[in-house]
Amino acid sequence: MRRNLQDGADPGWNRRAFLKVSAAATGGLLVSLYLDRFALAQEATSAAAPKVYPPDAFVHIRPDGTTVIQVNRLEFGQGIHTALPMILADEMDADWSRVVAELAPADAVYADPVFGIQMVGQSSSITDSFTQYRELGARTRAMLVGAAAARWKIPEGDCRTESGVVHGPNGRSATYAELAEAAALIPVPKKIRLKSPNAFRLVGTKTRRLDSRPKCDGSLKFGLDLDVPGMKIALVAHPPVFGARVKRFDAAAARAVEAVRDVFEIPLARGTGVAVVADRFWPAKQGRDRLRIEWDLAGTERPDSGRLFAAYRDLARTTGNIAVARGEANAMHAIPESRRIAAEYEFPFLAHTPMEPLNTTIRLDGDRAEVWAGSQFQTSDQLAIAEVLGLKPAQVAFHTEMAGGGFGRRAVPDSHIQREAAAIAKRLRGVPVKLIWTREDDVQGGYYRPMHVHRVEVGVGSDGLPTAWRHVIVGQSLVAGTPFAPMLIKNGVDSTAVEGAADTHYAIPNFHLSAHHPASSVPVLWFRSVGHTHNTFVMETLVDELAMRAAMDPIEYRLKLLKPDAKRVRSTLTLLQEKAGWRRSVPREHAVGIACVQCFGTAVACAAEVSVEEKRPRIHRVTVALNCGLAVNPLTIESQFQGGVGFGVTQLISKGAITLKDGRVEQRNFDGYCPPYMKDAPAAVDVHIVRSDEKPTGCGEPPVPVIAPAVVNALFRLTGKRYRTLPLTTL
Amino acid sequence: METYELTVNGRRTEVIADPGTPLLWVLRDELKMTGTKYGCGIGACGACTVHLGAIPTRSCAVPISLVGSRPVVTIEGVGRDPVGRVVQDAWVSHDVVQCGYCQSGQIMTAVALLKAIPKPTDADVEQSMGGNLCRCATYVRIREAIQIASGQLK
Repeated sequence: MRRNLQDGADPGWNRRAFLKVSAAATGGLLVSLYLDRFALAQEATSAAAPKVYPPDAFVHIRPDGTTVIQVNRLEFGQGIHTALPMILADEMDADWSRVVAELAPADAVYADPVFGIQMVGQSSSITDSFTQYRELGARTRAMLVGAAAARWKIPEGDCRTESGVVHGPNGRSATYAELAEAAALIPVPKKIRLKSPNAFRLVGTKTRRLDSRPKCDGSLKFGLDLDVPGMKIALVAHPPVFGARVKRFDAAAARAVEAVRDVFEIPLARGTGVAVVADRFWPAKQGRDRLRIEWDLAGTERPDSGRLFAAYRDLARTTGNIAVARGEANAMHAIPESRRIAAEYEFPFLAHTPMEPLNTTIRLDGDRAEVWAGSQFQTSDQLAIAEVLGLKPAQVAFHTEMAGGGFGRRAVPDSHIQREAAAIAKRLRGVPVKLIWTREDDVQGGYYRPMHVHRVEVGVGSDGLPTAWRHVIVGQSLVAGTPFAPMLIKNGVDSTAVEGAADTHYAIPNFHLSAHHPASSVPVLWFRSVGHTHNTFVMETLVDELAMRAAMDPIEYRLKLLKPDAKRVRSTLTLLQEKAGWRRSVPREHAVGIACVQCFGTAVACAAEVSVEEKRPRIHRVTVALNCGLAVNPLTIESQFQGGVGFGVTQLISKGAITLKDGRVEQRNFDGYCPPYMKDAPAAVDVHIVRSDEKPTGCGEPPVPVIAPAVVNALFRLTGKRYRTLPLTTL
Repeated sequence: METYELTVNGRRTEVIADPGTPLLWVLRDELKMTGTKYGCGIGACGACTVHLGAIPTRSCAVPISLVGSRPVVTIEGVGRDPVGRVVQDAWVSHDVVQCGYCQSGQIMTAVALLKAIPKPTDADVEQSMGGNLCRCATYVRIREAIQIASGQLK
């Protein structure tokens, strides 16, 4: 039944994407979009073999009128599982009340159109898939209209569509479900006309999430909740020091636990560990607790936060690899000491700690495997599992499961969780197994936002504006040794470590920024908003300090210092000025701090009202202004910004740090490392969106960077202290 | 291994388990009721909150042997309670959830709060909800949804 209507049919077909249409076995219309590059890649790897497309699709109109839309991303809170279907359904004129969203499995067809792999990262889902999903919707609609026009023997131009129905002249109408099978036989239109933005019915409206109800009644199955018949649970005893190996272990007591089925050593991404397999979680944990393991620490580094900070501080006093060298290198010399600021900042390791502990379920059956995982990197995770199991990726069916948070922790270049699970599944052959990382594994298991030291010297002109800026950043590279290195490391500078500083939106004529990336055995990873987590803190606290020196209003000062082309940031500061008028009339023991950022294309400015309660910052109110271009779902955006600023509080609170002592992580669980509770997060957040028809950009990460500097800028006004070491311990 | 009689969401059931097994893992692994979530296992995050004898309780910290005859209500059953239903509906209408993983526990805690204090102040909300972690930090909307639900209760 399947046929590829465009396959080689038209030499003039030079679009980057084409469509495959088929009548589904159950009836109905399936529309898939394939990218040339994958078709070409397939041709290149299997020259003579006919193209075999996977049985997946983006749109399926069921005979009952339900429209199922595949989401080519992981949903883990950011709301993409609602936003992408909105975009497609809008162009298609589908009946939104009949739209169902599904998370697509791993497949080349679902790759990010820009990055070429299936992923969630850099808040790029909307940025990269907006046009893709619009075109899918428009093509689907055109085919349905074609089917109606053919049935009624009228020109297509005489048809209009609305809410899942094609209307013709003289009151004739047909539902999409009625037309779907005939539409599946119509050639895919090459030319389509997208709606003009003022014709959008869904895009731009506050639309509730499609996944709320099952998340509120306990029925939604996250990866951790899946139950595959016959499934075992595996826990792994990981080395106490990164890279250590099992010297010997005694499993007798572990094996004696009822329902423990197997205990064995497995290779890990770093070192080795011991896996305990049981029928259920609790016996697996009891078994692991009873293991007696002697570890071989030979050759391990035993990193220590105190020693690392000391070494980083020394490095920060020397010039690193050059990221930016703008203007005169000696400009600082011309500035008198009295107009110079020198500042040193320290940031600790941070753990993502998504609420759903990390897990992966694998069933290996002969030469096929099936995987269920909440992954931000389906393409490389599928590849890694195939490699461990000795299979081809096509033999590994990879289901994307809803994930309970992630924040970067499920986008792991070395796929260590998947490899660990695959090593266990390989041994259990035929028996499905779910690997669970307990919270202790998660807090102690590495893949942290790296620690950093910044050293900055600023020379201020007689007008109060900075004329010279010398900045050294010290921190581990996120991508060194990964496949991302060639793309993201230039001149020895990891762009993810300097983003938000190297590309500052402020006009500073003499600007020199360099970076050192010392290596360490502590695994590090991107953490929601990545380099902006520390760079925005440094830039925005220093600029605030400059504004105070100049005795200027912090918003006015920033507006004055902005580069002329920083239009999005300017628009948010201007809107903030309008919406945060309250900042001039807060109680006497409260103060207001300001910060702004442009992060992955979206600009944000915020004002935070803060007081000190029980020696801790109390955040009473936050006003956020943002510019993300066209706002696809303003309700999700509001939610992301309210939550995102709360997430950004993590690095301020006293338990918001991972520290190592002689190679061992000092925190074990939420008692030692703890994200913000309700009272730590802002009590109220009002969100204002700059009206724009520009191409939309993402809203998952941009909320995060602004809150910490805004709060600290407010604290300075209350205590007179500059806080340059995070987390905040004493105020 | 011992046999225990439990009443979960009004239904009597029998389970065979090691006496030290936390109620959380009995619910999840024995009864296959996975709406109650594992977040930390040390009672620090509240994702596993259930009502035990009408009191919001961290099910990860209660061994099955200590449950006794107290009835257990979980997120799967709380919707049959009028207050539970109002809270769940407020959560949905106010679009509270993001990743959603902690929300079973948030809702169970909020239902217990509203049963005890139908018109809670901000301080009451902070006090009651103060031990439930939300990594997405949906706290602002949780506060608002509690007030919406409160407004709908007589």
